[in-house]
Amino acid sequence: MTIADDPATTAPGYKWVGTRPIRPDGFEKVTGRARFGADLMLAGMLEGSVLRSPHAHARITSIDTTKAASIPGVKAIITGADFPEPAGNPTDQDMCRNAIARDKVLYEGHVVAAVAATSKRVANQALAAIEVTYEVLPHVMTVDEAMAPGAVLLHDNMITKGVDPAPTEPSNVASRVVYQRGELDKGFADADVVVERTFTTKPVHQGYIEPHAAVADTTPDGRSTVWCSSQGHFAMRAYSAKVLGWDPSRLKVIPAEIGGGFGGKTTIYLEPLAVRLSQKAGRPVRLVMGRDEVFKATGPASASKVKIKMGANKAGEITAAELWMAYEAGAYPGSAIGAGSMTALAPYNIPHFIIEGFDVVVNKPRVYSYRAPGAPQSAFAVESVVDELAHKLGIDPIDFRLKNAVEEGMQAPYGPKYQKIGFRETLEAIKNHPHYTAPLGPNQGRGVAAGFWFNAGMNSSAVVHVNEDGNVTVVTGSPDIGGSRASMALMAAEEFGIDYDRVRPLVADTEQVGFNDVTGGSRVTLATGAAVVEACRKVIADLRGRAAKTWDVPVEQVEWVDGQAQHVDGSQPPLSLAAIAKGWARTGGPISAAASLNARGVGAGFSTQIVDVEVDPDTGHTQVVRYTTAQDAGRAIHPSYVEGQLQGGVVQGIGWALNEEYVYRADGTMDNPSFLDYRIPVASDLPMIDAVIVEVPNPGHPYGVRGVGEVGIVPPLAAVANAVAAATGQRFTDLPLSPPRVLDGILNGTDAN
Amino acid sequence: MRYFAPTTVDEAVGLLAESPGRKVFAGATDVIPQMRAGRPEPDGLIDLKHIDRLMGVRRTATGWVIGAATPTSQLTGNAELVAEFPGLCEGAGLIGSDQIQNRSSLGGNLCNASPAADSVPAMVVNGMRAVIATGGGTRTVAVEDVPAGPGRTSLAPGEFIVEFELDSAPANTGDAYLRLIPRTEMDIAVVGAGVRITLDGSGTCTAATVALGAVAPTVVRVPEAEAALVGSTIDAAALDAVAAAASAACNPIDDKRGTIAYRRHVAGVLAKRAVNIAAERARNRAGGTPSSNGGSH
Amino acid sequence: MARRLINCTINGDPTDFLVEDGDSLLDALRNEVGLTGVKEGCGTGDCGACSVLLNDRVTCSCLVFAPEAEGATITTVEGLADGDHLHPLQECFLEGAALQCGVCTPGFLVAAKALLDHNPNPTETEVRFGLAGNLCRCTGYDKIVRAVLEAAAQMREANV
Repeated sequence: MTIADDPATTAPGYKWVGTRPIRPDGFEKVTGRARFGADLMLAGMLEGSVLRSPHAHARITSIDTTKAASIPGVKAIITGADFPEPAGNPTDQDMCRNAIARDKVLYEGHVVAAVAATSKRVANQALAAIEVTYEVLPHVMTVDEAMAPGAVLLHDNMITKGVDPAPTEPSNVASRVVYQRGELDKGFADADVVVERTFTTKPVHQGYIEPHAAVADTTPDGRSTVWCSSQGHFAMRAYSAKVLGWDPSRLKVIPAEIGGGFGGKTTIYLEPLAVRLSQKAGRPVRLVMGRDEVFKATGPASASKVKIKMGANKAGEITAAELWMAYEAGAYPGSAIGAGSMTALAPYNIPHFIIEGFDVVVNKPRVYSYRAPGAPQSAFAVESVVDELAHKLGIDPIDFRLKNAVEEGMQAPYGPKYQKIGFRETLEAIKNHPHYTAPLGPNQGRGVAAGFWFNAGMNSSAVVHVNEDGNVTVVTGSPDIGGSRASMALMAAEEFGIDYDRVRPLVADTEQVGFNDVTGGSRVTLATGAAVVEACRKVIADLRGRAAKTWDVPVEQVEWVDGQAQHVDGSQPPLSLAAIAKGWARTGGPISAAASLNARGVGAGFSTQIVDVEVDPDTGHTQVVRYTTAQDAGRAIHPSYVEGQLQGGVVQGIGWALNEEYVYRADGTMDNPSFLDYRIPVASDLPMIDAVIVEVPNPGHPYGVRGVGEVGIVPPLAAVANAVAAATGQRFTDLPLSPPRVLDGILNGTDAN
Repeated sequence: MRYFAPTTVDEAVGLLAESPGRKVFAGATDVIPQMRAGRPEPDGLIDLKHIDRLMGVRRTATGWVIGAATPTSQLTGNAELVAEFPGLCEGAGLIGSDQIQNRSSLGGNLCNASPAADSVPAMVVNGMRAVIATGGGTRTVAVEDVPAGPGRTSLAPGEFIVEFELDSAPANTGDAYLRLIPRTEMDIAVVGAGVRITLDGSGTCTAATVALGAVAPTVVRVPEAEAALVGSTIDAAALDAVAAAASAACNPIDDKRGTIAYRRHVAGVLAKRAVNIAAERARNRAGGTPSSNGGSH
Repeated sequence: MARRLINCTINGDPTDFLVEDGDSLLDALRNEVGLTGVKEGCGTGDCGACSVLLNDRVTCSCLVFAPEAEGATITTVEGLADGDHLHPLQECFLEGAALQCGVCTPGFLVAAKALLDHNPNPTETEVRFGLAGNLCRCTGYDKIVRAVLEAAAQMREANV
């Protein structure tokens, strides 16, 4: 649905929910006022630079900072020796070692040292003067290399988890997960057609436009204030504290505006380094990454290898599926293999399946979350094979999916039963869309694919203040990455029955509001929104009490309607919010309420997408010519920003499908750490992205909200590959579908796979 | 590093002669990224954009003179030049985004000596000449003789290009430049193909030049393709011969942007397509204005 | 090394600032002039977040040496609005939800202004190619392209 054909329409019964007002932070952002991570400047602030490993795998034999320290203007130099021994659970310890290397560097870009100086120029001079000697070690770069017998080990003591009995020898396989149901042999015996293939994807980066940045001001009392752009300043506080060996409360983290994250800004990189540099120098320090550092040293999404075998009967029922999946974790364990395994078959009700997944370390940057982490890779394999099965059976690909689609009450492959979900509705929305039957031109092909994402709940806090003029301030601790302040204000306006413009939402620092988990898992509108609604309702209860006191009636006789207190029998003139605020001194003082919760009632998200591509048969160049996505949003609080999430997810998926990949040289260093050669889509690559919002309200949320941020990136990889298959007659199983790969398939066939 | 902004060619020559560590620049669209990527910072950078002779597109009695530091947006913005040499303007206009176009120049694109430089094949097929400032005056060489290998030119230390000479096109002549990039903008050419065709009144080709970019250490002319075209009516056989000759003329490398096999194949495809466009323009005498996406394969 | 004083006009005001010769105009605008609306996304001219008008031509300020600004006229995102009266592009970006995180927005607004200054009635394709030098990772460009087309229409109407 586009703005043009969907003028601000509210959801039934709502005045504000479902409208499209201007976002509260918009004016700052279109005038250049908004302050992002790198925009802060403090008096006396130093500039820092980070020395990174030039090797994919090496032992650090010595670091000599003497020469660097003697350069005029250099105020502090830190190395791994300036941090305590990593402590806590293995994941915490890995985080500490990823933040700054100790004895070994495990990937090109791994932090070795950092400098703070009076200017960036001096800091860079100092970096060049730090003398590091390395003993270069052999490296492993892919799951095949890392899992091969006799492979070089990244970690000498890593024993694969999830294998019974536990292996006695260490390996590069950090863990194994298994999900299964039924009897596989029986399932395949029931099948009339079986498709078996192997799929691979390369590492891809979230590609947020704002590089990581942090400013720290550490004071002699042992406390530090950190300004940074992140998807969760409480997480930045907790993780930085672990690396520093501090109690989290010694740190105050102030959220800057965040210039994109997509999961990649849910962890620390620069923050503890800036704190320590500032502590050593006694002055504020700013660290800002260059784009090459972002590519080489922050977490991309896993490369993957998925072997899949799937069978279906003539009636169009999927009878069995067998998946073997290995995801690259990068230098430390922690790929999204778990989520990738759980989501792989989640859209379909399959009686017999087994999914076996492996988390594998390689000499690349430690992967991190990227929008529905783990799901696009496995969906690429599953949705490609589902497409092929449908074609083999001569069944329309949407009908085939409808035949097998999960519904409320069915058990998900990973255990629980589905609550109210809208998968079927998204399939039908695509099937009924004019796009589905539009004619195709020469060399064009059409592909469809579907996707699932859990969505998350987690912990949120909110505070709602009534101001003395009767306006309302809504305070949360969830960084606003794509318009969530607008959705918070809309829900509060709806609760109070006051105009949207009378609600001011803001994101407070770690000392001004209760704990909030990261902005991730598509959870903010749901969970932080639920906290806002709960706080609003507490305030409204208080307001009713104030009116009851004013009128000297029992509170049960007071209703809150359209922004004012009304007596049930109309015997009193209504009291507006402003009037109650004006008189609050006589009724008990200022009015505010807080709510903190662990959100329940998470509603799963589904998306179905359709794409037309045109493939140049002589060059292998693929152009996306039309794209439609239908996604269940539960309830769209601000439809424009819901559409934006749908469109943005699709386009990231198109990039993943067509051109994005990390390219490595033989020595394990990255060959394309720039936006020139790491090719995210540009405006001229794309058509408009038609976003159809399907609303199957989530009964677990006061307004029916489901998370919308992530599932949109799950289907495009397979949707594009299916369209390319339709256009070329060749089934491509390795991403990206760059022109050389597609031309090779056209000229030589892809059956070698 | 010191910045200099001379206003005459002689002043620039003098500044260059003072220190071997100085470099000239026009739009800085290559020099700044190269410095960021770790190339040593020069002692001094000499900005050529304040020298009138290096800036601007001028018509002469016999053709055109294009200042070496002129932003390429001034080429694509010159309706007369676009009408006469649409292929040249396509090549020049494909160097980066609008932001880059306001800085990039033919001199910079040529002297950066990337094998993939988009303007170079189109300059070569149009027989353009580079006027080079030397210590003692100027010398003039064919554009195709300037690149010496990736990142290297035939210019001696202390020399720089002042301007380019371009003779008016004969009647019934058309040029074209096509490139293959994975996206639709903002990429370096994986293969580039420039073609110029002259026809006689009956539609028979009387002259042809074909040059390829990004398929060898420097721009390559394809004489076999040119020979196949001359005397033909640009028929299917001639086109197939062009494609085969273009593929054969390649001496490419495997790199992050493309494979040897891919470059060879696509060089033939693009050469053939560019011949068709150039021939069509020749039939219409000069052809039209390139569209904003003109030149993408 | 001694710093150099640069005199130029920024957003209509005579402005001077000190730079080292190797500094980029981007760093000078952000750190010396305080115009942090100009963003660095890549430092290599590939993302357009640092777009400014330099003598009325859109350019990446990361690819300009700061001393080149001597005598120049520069417009940044901070100079688009007329007092508290937003430029139509700014209005249309807000109304059309053409921004999510907003970090690319300043560069898009400046580039779009340059585009419309030279082509007041662009097609969708012309807008897409004209803004190809500006990367946005949040929106998929759909709402940005619509907002620019809408602003163009409004500006044409206002000029009639």
